[in-house]
Amino acid sequence: MASGNGINGNGKQTYTISAFSENHIGLLNRITIIFTRRHVNIESLTVSVSAIKGIHKFTIVVNDTREKVEQVVSQIEKLVEVLKAFYHTDDEVIYQEIALFKVPTKALIEGDELEATIRKHNARILEVRPEYTVIEKTGYKEEYLALFDELEKYKVLQFTSSGRVAVTRSSKELFSTYLKEAGEITAVYENN
Amino acid sequence: MKKQISIKKNKKKIRITGADAVMRSLAREGVDTIFGYPGGAIMPIYDALMDHSDKTKHILTRHEQGAIHAAQGYARVSGKVGVVLATSGPGATNLITGIADAMIDSTPLVCITGQVTASLLGSDAFQETDVIGISMPVTKWNYQITKSEEIPEIIAQAFYIARSGRPGPVLIDIAKNAQFGELDFEYNKCIKVRSYVPVPKPDPEKIKEAADLINQAKKPFILFGQGVILGEAEDEFRAFVEKSGIPAAWTILGACALPRKHPLNVGMLGMHGNYSTNIKTNECDLLIAVGMRFDDRVTGDLKRYAKQARIIHLEIDRSEVNKNVRVEVAVLGDVKVTLPALTARIKKRSHDSWLREFRDADKIEIKKVITKDLFPTKEGLTMGEVIQILNEKTGGNAIVVTDVGQHQMVTSRYFNFANKRSYVTSGGLGTMGFGLPAAHGAKIAAPEEEVILIVGDGGLQMTIQELGTINQTQAAVKIVLMNNKYLGMVRQWQEMFFEKRYSETYLLNPDFVKVAEGFGIKGRKVLHRPELAAAIQEMLDYKGPYFLEVSIEKEDNVFPMVPTGASVSEVILEPKK
Repeated sequence: MASGNGINGNGKQTYTISAFSENHIGLLNRITIIFTRRHVNIESLTVSVSAIKGIHKFTIVVNDTREKVEQVVSQIEKLVEVLKAFYHTDDEVIYQEIALFKVPTKALIEGDELEATIRKHNARILEVRPEYTVIEKTGYKEEYLALFDELEKYKVLQFTSSGRVAVTRSSKELFSTYLKEAGEITAVYENN
Repeated sequence: MKKQISIKKNKKKIRITGADAVMRSLAREGVDTIFGYPGGAIMPIYDALMDHSDKTKHILTRHEQGAIHAAQGYARVSGKVGVVLATSGPGATNLITGIADAMIDSTPLVCITGQVTASLLGSDAFQETDVIGISMPVTKWNYQITKSEEIPEIIAQAFYIARSGRPGPVLIDIAKNAQFGELDFEYNKCIKVRSYVPVPKPDPEKIKEAADLINQAKKPFILFGQGVILGEAEDEFRAFVEKSGIPAAWTILGACALPRKHPLNVGMLGMHGNYSTNIKTNECDLLIAVGMRFDDRVTGDLKRYAKQARIIHLEIDRSEVNKNVRVEVAVLGDVKVTLPALTARIKKRSHDSWLREFRDADKIEIKKVITKDLFPTKEGLTMGEVIQILNEKTGGNAIVVTDVGQHQMVTSRYFNFANKRSYVTSGGLGTMGFGLPAAHGAKIAAPEEEVILIVGDGGLQMTIQELGTINQTQAAVKIVLMNNKYLGMVRQWQEMFFEKRYSETYLLNPDFVKVAEGFGIKGRKVLHRPELAAAIQEMLDYKGPYFLEVSIEKEDNVFPMVPTGASVSEVILEPKK
């Protein structure tokens, strides 16, 4: 479930922007300057392949007003190589982030407590070495940060977290419908 | 999924160099004029140019900025894509101002820059600069070609993207190895890019809603911009205006979309626009914005802009809708299509008493501003009277190009534009130095037309070297320099808003006529009113390029004015005493 509605002061709210594009060099730069120019801070950004072959997906999380986000999204969609861009509030998407923690293995061996913590948080161990253990937690930011708080006493050697990945709750697949009309060929040339 | 396949005839491909392919691709796009400046990284293309010089004319400017502004003037007058060639590094960076200008003013350009050999990219090679990165925010599209085989398809896409939908500048950076290398050449024009929707499909429902609003309105008001011109919809627009009987006002880039003397043309919008148009914006009950983008120089304070009115926006660029002003009905699409659809649905009406309100407001402006500008009684010459004489002598039948500043506002306000595509000025970016090269490009595009440049002494000196280019082509540009020895618009603001502290606006100018003559261009200077009309006549009669300097009174300020941050209804007619 979504963790709260993400609304804070000044009418700002968390939005997940998804942009579907051709796979072209430089497009990431083209997209990010749209945010920079309007002073919209990118909270997280993930670039990945999409369900459709050859189409890339940008998932960008921002915290701003609906008007600003609308503007940014229409500017993204205006880019020649972007097929379609959408924005969603937190309750309109199912999303996850992934966090990795590297802790000394000593903590695991010396008692049951760490193991219990991992179980409690629905985290899992990826790798155990004599010196360190790598723990993975997938979920919301608040969830892996809560785990981080508990792991701190074992001395977290490294911590990293991903950007958000998200799929929409809607049963209508807006982008697939759009792509059906747009066709499979990226550019069409006239024969003359 | 339906597959789209482009069926190509089995034409014989020919084996040629990338540089030759560039020239052949340009020819296939109908390019007959290129503006440019050679240099190391683009030498193969310049070499190929020699073999195509019978079909493709190249104008050698004196600076790359001169080349791009000339291409802009050429594109704006002809409606064709302007083409620019420049080398890598400084050649490419010198284009940036013009690219930014073309971007904000929606001018179709294809700029081709040379680039260092692909294997040297990123090594800080001689004259290497990341022009793709630099131009990204100010181009509609850009692309770096590193392989010869990419040339035809990318150039085809470049032209398609530059000219379709809302036009704009495209930059293609071609690495030197791709120019030297060979490919099997075949050229097909691009007709579709999957990820790009140049023209949104009009929604009949929205047209119906818009027509209903227009039919019900008591005090409707049309605002039109360059979209009408870019859509080549001047006739369709005129038909719409005439059937609806609605007063229509223009942004400066829309100025020549409807003849200035048309009975429903009520004048110019915005900061230095007419008194009536600004006042009535906040009194109308319906605003119909056609191909314009509610620029801040048009709207003044948005919080107090047309709040009483319902708003319809006819626009090709979806991202312009609700960007600055929230609208009730957005009619997306090409105005060439949406305007006739709308005209068909509206009732034939007239709005005589509403129109009279504009004309009554005009009387106030005529008394307080216009008469003093056009028919001054004081000794010093005004810019307005120069434009007035040009009106009398040309009947508005000329292509007018300006630079940026006071003279630009005066020209916009007073020249009686009579024809389509007859006004070229830098609107959105306000680029000083634009005028002289743009006028040259305009004359190249329309050699049979009278092309008159109105330029200030500040802006002229930003690209004055282009007098050399004009001398070389002998394009008969008529240059009118309004010389008030000041950066006049900044000086006016200093006078009005900075307690007359004239910080760095006085110019110690050269003898401009001598400079023009040094460049081989006939020149004359006018100091006093009695000589003015005859001098203008001499300029217009002269067969070649001509340089006329008019000494203007330095305190000739531009009014009315909507000061920054003020509402359009707070337009002021004269300076505070």
